[in-house]
Amino acid sequence: MSLPMFSPSEDPGPSFVEVISRILPEKSALPRLISGPDGANYRSGSPISVPHGTTIAAVRYADGVIMAGDRRATEGNFIAHRRIEKVFAADKHSAVAIAGAAGPAVEMVKLFQVQLEHYEKVEGSILSLEGKANQLSQMIRANLPMAMQGLAVVPLFAGWDILRRRGRIFTYDITGGRYEEVDYHATGSGGRDAKATIKLGYRDQLDTASAVKLLISALLEASEEDSATGGPDPVRGIYPVIATVSEPGFKRVTDEEIAELTQQVLADRADRGVAQ
Amino acid sequence: MTMPFYVAPEQVMKDRADYARKGIARGRALIGTVYQGGVLLCAENPSRSLHKISEIYDRIAFAGVGKYNEFDQLRVAGVRHADTKGYAYSRDDVDARSLANIYAQYLGQVFTHEMKPMEVEILVAELTPLTQVGELYHILYDGTVMDESNFSVIGGDSETISERFSVTFNKDWNLKEALRASVAALAGPERKIPVSELEAAVLSESNGRRAFSRLGHLQLDELLA
Repeated sequence: MSLPMFSPSEDPGPSFVEVISRILPEKSALPRLISGPDGANYRSGSPISVPHGTTIAAVRYADGVIMAGDRRATEGNFIAHRRIEKVFAADKHSAVAIAGAAGPAVEMVKLFQVQLEHYEKVEGSILSLEGKANQLSQMIRANLPMAMQGLAVVPLFAGWDILRRRGRIFTYDITGGRYEEVDYHATGSGGRDAKATIKLGYRDQLDTASAVKLLISALLEASEEDSATGGPDPVRGIYPVIATVSEPGFKRVTDEEIAELTQQVLADRADRGVAQ
Repeated sequence: MTMPFYVAPEQVMKDRADYARKGIARGRALIGTVYQGGVLLCAENPSRSLHKISEIYDRIAFAGVGKYNEFDQLRVAGVRHADTKGYAYSRDDVDARSLANIYAQYLGQVFTHEMKPMEVEILVAELTPLTQVGELYHILYDGTVMDESNFSVIGGDSETISERFSVTFNKDWNLKEALRASVAALAGPERKIPVSELEAAVLSESNGRRAFSRLGHLQLDELLA
């Protein structure tokens, strides 16, 4: 590699995606259509069999936002991974969770993380939360050809808006469409059940423990209705990944705390007489 | 057709070096020094937004003196190089030594082939991952690289400042001691530099993955009090 210098008229600016497509075209961050042997693009037919990540959810609480994701990845009717992680810190004040084809999704998160940090270093200032949400939108839009072939990536983005001093949640569709949610959202194969659970339990200004419990029960309900969503697994010690984003920054809730709150959620259910 | 006058290569190189040195000598100096558990970079800089010291990567910092637009161009290229390398390989594979070499090659190339040499002197600092000691690479306008494991002074009047600094230098001092000595050496015996005209940053183990952090005026006040 040589020093990447550009003439002022061709400077890629603070965008890492732009930089990498100039200096490492073969590693270009933008996905291309997968071509068949005769050069034709695959249009339909059976979707490519790759691991898919499933249920993710986010809620606003008193200090910001909380995000959660189960740990299962499925490949058709098989369980591909039991311990996959779907919730990531995008930067200090934002988090991204992924649902959809795991490979492109994890790659997109990696690129997104570098993109945000790259902007921060080159410009000397941090992107606004909406700016970050927009960047992710553009990456999803670039993935549209892959999405049409069955490799869709549908993330959830949430963070602490430093200017407006509140947590905000953004959802996306495969075309890169970006929608801001008011208080909560869940997506992925078990998203409908998770969202219904959150809707019933949501209150304004939840404290951290209650919000974490709400997300645990949302994922629990989803795992009971949807085979592609993994429930808590105390035998192996596998619990959902849950993280808070508030003014001090991104913070992962420890497995011990989640294990304890999961016990409480199960005990509450037993008290109500719900069959386990 | 007119024939160009013959100029001896020694003369050409000397003229270019003099030109670059003159440009660099006009600016204020900058000190990079190791301390217990980190690296301190400290400069005299009246501007609050045009930085001489910046972050390149997780454990690598950049400092430049001379012409602002030229060293800033190098800084941005360094960030691009490091981020690309980290993305293509792994974050662990980005190191200061290879970045310093790439800078040196570029500066050497410009020095011999371009119309004018770059009027800059740069410092690439790293807090090494395993041993957690500081490593400093001092790169001159002509591509000369010097590696220092203790301290390095770049910019105008660097020899005098370096002499003053070496008397007080101690590899195991803490941040407070290192900062005080740096500010004293930059100022000299007759002057006192106000905090508002100081720019300082550290690479510190305590900062986590991104070891770089700037020392704000409040922190500087506290450390220098």
